Amino acid sequence: MAPSVVRLRGLTRRFQGPAAPPVLDRIDLGIAPGEFVALLGRSGSGKTTLLRTLAGLDPVTEGEAVLPQRRAVVFQEPRLLPWKKVWHNVALGLAGEARATRDKALEALREVELSHRAEAWPLTLSGGEAQRTGLARALVRQPELLLLDEPFASLDALTRLRMQSLVAELWQAHRPAVLLVTHDVEEALLLADRVLVLANGRLAEDLPVSLPRPRRRAAEGFDMLRVRLLNILGVDEDGHDAAARAA
Amino acid sequence: MSASTAIADRATAAAHHPARSRVSARVRGGRFRRFLVPLLLVVLWQAAAQAGLVSSRLLAPPLDIAAAAWTLTASGELPYHLLVSLQRVVAGLAIAITAGVALGLIAGLSRLGEDAVDATLQMLRALPFLALVPLFILWFGIGETTKIALVALGATFPIYLTLFGGIRGVDPKLLEAGRILGLGRAAQIRHIILPSALPQALVGLRYALGTAWLSLVVGEQINATAGIGFLVMDAREFLRTDIIMVGLLVYALLGLGADQLVRALERRALAWRPSLIREA
Ligand SMILES: Nc1ncnc2c1ncn2[C@@H]1O[C@H](COP(=O)(O)OP(=O)(O)O)[C@@H](O)[C@H]1O
Ligand SMILES: [Mg+2]
Repeated sequence: MAPSVVRLRGLTRRFQGPAAPPVLDRIDLGIAPGEFVALLGRSGSGKTTLLRTLAGLDPVTEGEAVLPQRRAVVFQEPRLLPWKKVWHNVALGLAGEARATRDKALEALREVELSHRAEAWPLTLSGGEAQRTGLARALVRQPELLLLDEPFASLDALTRLRMQSLVAELWQAHRPAVLLVTHDVEEALLLADRVLVLANGRLAEDLPVSLPRPRRRAAEGFDMLRVRLLNILGVDEDGHDAAARAA
Repeated sequence: MSASTAIADRATAAAHHPARSRVSARVRGGRFRRFLVPLLLVVLWQAAAQAGLVSSRLLAPPLDIAAAAWTLTASGELPYHLLVSLQRVVAGLAIAITAGVALGLIAGLSRLGEDAVDATLQMLRALPFLALVPLFILWFGIGETTKIALVALGATFPIYLTLFGGIRGVDPKLLEAGRILGLGRAAQIRHIILPSALPQALVGLRYALGTAWLSLVVGEQINATAGIGFLVMDAREFLRTDIIMVGLLVYALLGLGADQLVRALERRALAWRPSLIREA
């Protein structure tokens, strides 16, 4: 196996004192170059906390983390600077001559099919367009590790489907390692090589997905994996909370 | 503004969109209608004066005021005094903007700066600055310096306060996004912190202009030998209520003009804001 771009060893993260249970509890994780990993977990299970550590936004106090140089994040909210035109948001922070960075930004916008909005103000974008701008802003940096924190959660169902296939295409074209945080089991199975489940601060599951690409929900084996992941998440097939029903 | 409220704003903008043309048509019609009542009042005032119901010694009728304005303009007297007043305001405001922006940046961008500057300014602000007039006269005499200092002092606080507040109110999520995009501290200040503080700072500028006129009126009543305030005080000696009214009108128009200037500035600098996008 190729050397990892990400290596976590015994990563522990607490927000309260040492007595309280940690949000992340001795996490070990490696991600290979170009690998697409999905991270599932219930709300509040610590997915964002793990992603922030991988982004280098939070300090590592317990355990160790080896991270690549070039990392990029797409947050759940677009986090665009409203006072900069779309292309300028994409070019922000790029090193190099002004002309060249602008060309790079425009090229990235073309890839996410937003060329026609390059000169628009961010507050005039639709939710999907704003997230695509965020995606362009991340890709233009040619990251070795692309971190996506529920980037489609606030989009309508149709836009979400289009965004999912766009992410799949861009990943095929650029091959960064990806960590996609999501609470949508189908989304994870449609995109990822490997699905992790975070529960009680630990990685409760590390499930390789060997379904052929492009992925289809109707494919053989898809449903089996879906049910299995839902069970691990404590939800039965119809979406009922299994724990609640047992009680 | 946080990203989520921005999205909410956008949603409301979209929701209002179909009604936009109808609303603005009503506003255009309303703009003329709005002047009807004041106009009517002026006509009534003139009629009352001519019927002898209002003493023109106490309150000059509109036509007399218009005549006085014309005479004063034609003689060059009004333009001269206007220029003197304008110079005082411009000089005072220039000082206020320089000081307010400098102090706001120092206090806003560093904790050390905040500790050094903020408490002092908050204490000074608690003092009604016009109460300093006697002290200023002792320090600077009754010349131009006192008048300009008064304008400068009053206008500094709103600029400082809004810039400081705007800088501290920057959305931490945007700063975080900037950090991960590789922006250093200087680039964060330039691309994120200052632009996000600008809307508030411009509101502060508007307030500053308001206090500047107020300080000017007070300052010009201290033994001035020129300026709109002098014109008014001088006219009082001769019971010329028409000239007093001309002076008041000029003050009002200057205030209005300054406000329009800041609004124009806002339209240019804040073109990205949804309300302005909607108007465009
Ligand atoms: N900065 C913080 N300070 C204190 N508690 C936090 C902080 N960030 C996250 N938490 C807590 O850590 C837990 C995991 O949060 P998060 O990683 O955001 O979950 P998820 O993204 O899976 O919904 C939650 O209980 C949350 O309240
Ligand atoms: Mg989260």
